[in-house]
Amino acid sequence: MKEGTAPKGPVQRLLGLNAWLVYLFFYAPIVLLIVFSFNDNDNVGIWTEPSFRWYQAMFGDDRVMGALRNSLVVALFSTVVSTVLGTMLAIALERYRFRSRAALDGIAYLPIIIPDVTMAVMLLVFFFQAFGVLSDLFAMNLTTGLTTIALAHIAFSISFVAVVVRARLSQLDSSLEEAAADLYANRWQAFRRVTLPLIAPGVAGGALLALTLSLDDVVVTQFVSGAGSTTLPVYVFGLVRRGVTPLINAVSTVMLVASMVLVGVSLGFQRGAEARAQRLADPEAVREEIVAG
Amino acid sequence: MTTPAVDETTLATPVTPRLERAARRAEARRGLLIALPSYVYLVLLFVVPLLLVFVYSFATRDATGQTILQDWNLDSYRRLFTAQVAEIFVRSLVLALVTTLICLAVSYPFAYYIATRSPRVRNILLVFVMIPFWSNFLVRTYAWRVILGSEGPISQVTQLLGGEPFRLLFTNSAVLIGLVYGFMPFMVLPLYAALERMDWRLVEAARDLYADGWTAFRKVTLPLSMPGVVAGSILVFIPSLGAYVTPALLGGARTVLMGDYIVSQFLAARNWPFGSALSFAVMFVMLLATLFYFRAGAKTL
Repeated sequence: MKEGTAPKGPVQRLLGLNAWLVYLFFYAPIVLLIVFSFNDNDNVGIWTEPSFRWYQAMFGDDRVMGALRNSLVVALFSTVVSTVLGTMLAIALERYRFRSRAALDGIAYLPIIIPDVTMAVMLLVFFFQAFGVLSDLFAMNLTTGLTTIALAHIAFSISFVAVVVRARLSQLDSSLEEAAADLYANRWQAFRRVTLPLIAPGVAGGALLALTLSLDDVVVTQFVSGAGSTTLPVYVFGLVRRGVTPLINAVSTVMLVASMVLVGVSLGFQRGAEARAQRLADPEAVREEIVAG
Repeated sequence: MTTPAVDETTLATPVTPRLERAARRAEARRGLLIALPSYVYLVLLFVVPLLLVFVYSFATRDATGQTILQDWNLDSYRRLFTAQVAEIFVRSLVLALVTTLICLAVSYPFAYYIATRSPRVRNILLVFVMIPFWSNFLVRTYAWRVILGSEGPISQVTQLLGGEPFRLLFTNSAVLIGLVYGFMPFMVLPLYAALERMDWRLVEAARDLYADGWTAFRKVTLPLSMPGVVAGSILVFIPSLGAYVTPALLGGARTVLMGDYIVSQFLAARNWPFGSALSFAVMFVMLLATLFYFRAGAKTL
């Protein structure tokens, strides 16, 4: 932005103050939670001395560790499946014209807009009804568990992956794929050698989003989980409703750090992709590179 | 120089409309084939469940509370208009609106500040918005339960100053704080995207034409950032209206909101038809709000 257009003086100072207050609002609760997770006291609010006591308790707690294991299994499975399905959906919607495309386009966006409570209700009714039909027809006795949780997570993750990959695809010039076809690459080769490497940052971003959504979800999971198949957020949610304990602070801190690592990885991906795209988009830089080389 | 004669007609088949149509059909088939797995999945695990909930909203319950799919009726919808439900509905609506307004009022200057920094500073500031955006929602809400609790830091400060123990947890205000805290990043990011994309030369032009700072903002910046305002407001309003985790952790027994009311119909009261009708009512309001907002947003552009 050029000089002279930004408001100066008191307005600028107020804007700056507002920004600092917002950051304080964003981070004070998070920092407080992390600090108190290292507190050696049974009482959450009273600071005595630093210790790893609650972390030891957490790693020794079978239920927390079991829930963590469930979370990771579900997240891994649903991320892989929804990334593959979401990417295929993005390619079909962005690169092909077919009859029911408009309908599919609408269906693909709905799971993003719909609130998670309604999504949870829908899937609960669906699994209940589907299990009823299956037990009537084939005498199959199915119950909710890790499988239903994973199926539910895939149902809302596909759309998010598709949106992220589509954003990437729409920036790409389809002439590159056509060039590959002109050079006698078959469809699979053109996809494998040209399209996939170009959309890789989008696919990675979508996968990370799917992973985060799966690891964070409470509402949908609570509705479709069965006995003994709780994930970590659902277990923590149950504990928190009964009261606040330092153990939850420790578990929460671990969850926070995990999501921060995911942000870091995702931003790293984006930055790498942006740097490459910017290099190609700036003719001056390309010319300089040619002159230098 | 003699080259072996190449029969041109066999190499390049003349493009006839019929061939072109066939190629287009083959291409469409391929597209559908690629979309098919996700298509089937979404129909089975999204469209069918949506229709099922719709069907359930007209069903009845037997003496034990089990839903029976017969004797279709409108009882559940009639119950939506009772005083008890209306109270919860209005409370949720007001809370969602106030949340959206607070987020907008705070996020606009905030996003404006970030968008008017140098690119390097802008990127750093943005990363620090992304971190809470991606962080676990449950954990972020839980943090407020610790802060606002009677043993929390605020309460301890007020007690040190000789006051009463601080009691804000389990009230509407606590839920409001939680909602604003939880959904504010959803407002900041679209606002920032709209302001960052803006052509600032237009503001300069307005200033050159002797508009003062406020007039230039009102007549140029604000209308141009309207898409961000619309997107951000929808992204905050919709999840606030259907919020479940926030009121469950920070709200009290007397501050039931739509989200936990729906959940309780399924997990506690076992009144699935009524819960289904409630879900549809919420979705209907959301649809209305979205349509209205897009209209309003389009008009100001």
